[in-house]
Amino acid sequence: MSAQGSDCIKMNSEAPAVELRGIWKRFPGVIANSDINLSVTKGTVHAIIGENGAGKSTLMKILYGMQEPDEGTILINGTELDFESPADAIEAGIGMVHQHFMLADNFTVLENIILGSEPHNGPLINFTAARTKINDIAALNGLSINADALVATLGVGDRQRIEILKVLYRGAKILILDEPTAVLVPHEVNELFDTLRELKKAGNTIIFISHKLDEVLAIADEITVIRRGTTVGAVNPRETRVSSEDLAVMMVGSELPTPETPGNTIRDEVVLDVEHLSVISPSGKAIVDDISFSIRSGEIVGIAGVEGNGQAEILDALMGIVESTGTVKFKLEDISDLSTRKRRELGIGFIPEDRQRQALLLNAPLWENRMLGQQTVAPNSKGLLLTPKSAKADTERIVKQFDVRTPGINVLASALSGGNQQKLIVGREMSGEPKLLIAAHPTRGIDVGAQAAIWDHLRHAREAGLAVLLISADLDELIGMSDTIKVLLRGRFVADANPSTVTPEQLGTAMTGAGKVSA
Amino acid sequence: MKLRRFLTSLIAPLLGVVVSIAVTAAILVFIHASVSGVFSAMLKYGTSPRAETLILNLATTYFLSALAVAIGFKMNLFNIGVNGQYVLGAVAAGAVAGNLTLPKPISLTITILVAMIVGAAWAGVAAWLKVSRGVSEVISTIMLNFIAIAIISFAIIRTSVGTETAMNIRGTKVIPESGMLRGSAFIDPKTKVYGFFFVTIFIGLLYWFVLNRTRFGYDLRATGHSASAARVSGIEAKRMTTITMLISGALAGLVGLPYLLGDAASYNLNFPTDWGFTGIAIALLGRNNPLGIAFGALLWAFLDVSSGQLILEGVPREITTIMQGLIVFVVVMSYEIVRRNQIKSEQNRVAKALEAQAVSA
Repeated sequence: MSAQGSDCIKMNSEAPAVELRGIWKRFPGVIANSDINLSVTKGTVHAIIGENGAGKSTLMKILYGMQEPDEGTILINGTELDFESPADAIEAGIGMVHQHFMLADNFTVLENIILGSEPHNGPLINFTAARTKINDIAALNGLSINADALVATLGVGDRQRIEILKVLYRGAKILILDEPTAVLVPHEVNELFDTLRELKKAGNTIIFISHKLDEVLAIADEITVIRRGTTVGAVNPRETRVSSEDLAVMMVGSELPTPETPGNTIRDEVVLDVEHLSVISPSGKAIVDDISFSIRSGEIVGIAGVEGNGQAEILDALMGIVESTGTVKFKLEDISDLSTRKRRELGIGFIPEDRQRQALLLNAPLWENRMLGQQTVAPNSKGLLLTPKSAKADTERIVKQFDVRTPGINVLASALSGGNQQKLIVGREMSGEPKLLIAAHPTRGIDVGAQAAIWDHLRHAREAGLAVLLISADLDELIGMSDTIKVLLRGRFVADANPSTVTPEQLGTAMTGAGKVSA
Repeated sequence: MKLRRFLTSLIAPLLGVVVSIAVTAAILVFIHASVSGVFSAMLKYGTSPRAETLILNLATTYFLSALAVAIGFKMNLFNIGVNGQYVLGAVAAGAVAGNLTLPKPISLTITILVAMIVGAAWAGVAAWLKVSRGVSEVISTIMLNFIAIAIISFAIIRTSVGTETAMNIRGTKVIPESGMLRGSAFIDPKTKVYGFFFVTIFIGLLYWFVLNRTRFGYDLRATGHSASAARVSGIEAKRMTTITMLISGALAGLVGLPYLLGDAASYNLNFPTDWGFTGIAIALLGRNNPLGIAFGALLWAFLDVSSGQLILEGVPREITTIMQGLIVFVVVMSYEIVRRNQIKSEQNRVAKALEAQAVSA
């Protein structure tokens, strides 16, 4: 490879590693990609940025052969190729490192890497050959691994390296990383970037998908911006100076909205009072370990934590979905023994983590979804009978008030985009004047407009005295919206943070248990 | 959108009928029978007043059976135990009614309640096993079927539940006329449409109402749509499972009654014991919707009744069994295809409508 010469020569003489021309992809309900044009220079880190829902994931699936484009051409190293399956893409030297790791916990690193393409002598796996090959690849790319460690014992950063190795092992020279930093805490991000630089040095091309602008600027040699399914621009941060504000404007077409809750609206009335709450897993482990906190009227309490540290279980315990010990008081009334339905009837709204699985009946019309969770109260029912008429009227209200984009309330929930589904859920859970809203990731995976709208609704409800428990993986959201932040680690609160002074980096560090934040 | 959904839902059953007729025709050609002769004979007999009455009567039975299965299906519970539930219900009802000499309305009310309670109790065993022990209802209900049949044989042959009714046949004591619901001969002067036919129409309406207009029905459908979302919304899965299984069993308990009260007057060992399985097929055909089930039951009954004519045409009557099987097969398959396309096309329509809105705005 002659890539060692000057940049100028490289760009002219060598075909791009990946070139996409006029890619179109339509899905029911959305045009995911329209007229995508993209050129990735060999041996660079090329970032593709765009908002959630801008079409990045679809584009990557096309590039990895998981989906076929409706129109357009894909050129790999100058050759036009048709991918019908990921196998074709792998053949062409493309590898995908998924956002969610696909590893078998009870296998060793080595076993995971060779899984599916084991070197063999007849029916026997040739472990020696596998080990040699893996060690060679690891050495070449500056990756340090212990091939015999059990994956179950490894942390997130290590798992990601295994995913990368898996891809290299299959001969990939072009690596697609789909939001690789989403699961990492700040110092792990730095490690990942070191790895990426090593990979680049070894001659690989990296396509890095993200919507985190600072990270992109830190690592990328080239940046392509996608907005509403189409490529709106390409910048070379090594040549032209760009700021994250410039990129943000390109991404959203306007200034980024920031979550913010002005003023102090906290009142004296304690709405939720939790004492010594614990949730024990079937295996006897305390997933939530003796936590206590309270939320007052007009207060938003945020819980920060890496996913899987007990957030989901706290929510489920508060809603009475899982068994727990300790006392939960709602407006001074002990509700620890009440059923989920009773708790909802008292005035607790709940926006669960997984909207499609936990908050929607996808194959039911919107107005029936409006009843879900509130089927025992007006306007949805009277006594034992449903009142579809008033439920439908109220669904119209939610659609209007929360700007749910839909042609009508008789369409199935599955026909709406994620953002509009979420707006319907938020609208529903804020109906009937709840006193407490328990919200998990209320704006995850939805577009900027919907995100801003949901923040607005939360703000107004807070001013009106709503108490909110907020869980979010988006630290900006958490810091911007919360009056108080509690850091959760392994089922315990390990620190309090003051949202008006704490930075996302400090919070991220605290979430790993590495540092302390000031109260 | 509602109308469109309704129309597309007709595609699958129509396809099922067309395919089954085509395949049957091919089989008839293969065995050198006259295609047009067979079909026209079936049609001719099937539309005669006597056959129409028989079809209505049989369809009444099938409808109840399918309804019992359908309410379970609505929340992904598979009650295969309708057979056991209805034979026990019918024996109990027969034994009680045989010993009653009360005014007709009172006697009938008691008989119906007994059948429902016994059916529900038998299904309740499966519900209890599922809720408290995690036993799949598929396994438990099918086992309970065998147990039920054994219990009945024992009760009729060995205990005082059974007596010698006629011609060396043991069965429950013959129900006096005051306890029967024979119905009226309004189609064919010589054959009566079961009185239970009208009761069944009422039950069908009630089923629709409960499912679509009550909180319970909503909870049931929500659980069927998404068990996880239902749980988060405050629906208690175990309670729903128990109640639904009991209702399913209560409906199943009624399955034997149209025939018992309209014709047989005694449950003897010749009483049919496999209407429960027919119910499963018809519930699938009718997509758990009472109107769909009604059509499915009528179609099934038509094929059953007119199959008697096939022998006269020199064709084995099992041809209709093949037709019935094919219909279910094709319909279930095409439902799934139609359903997927429906979701897709709805998403497309929504997208188009929104684009149009955006343009005009």
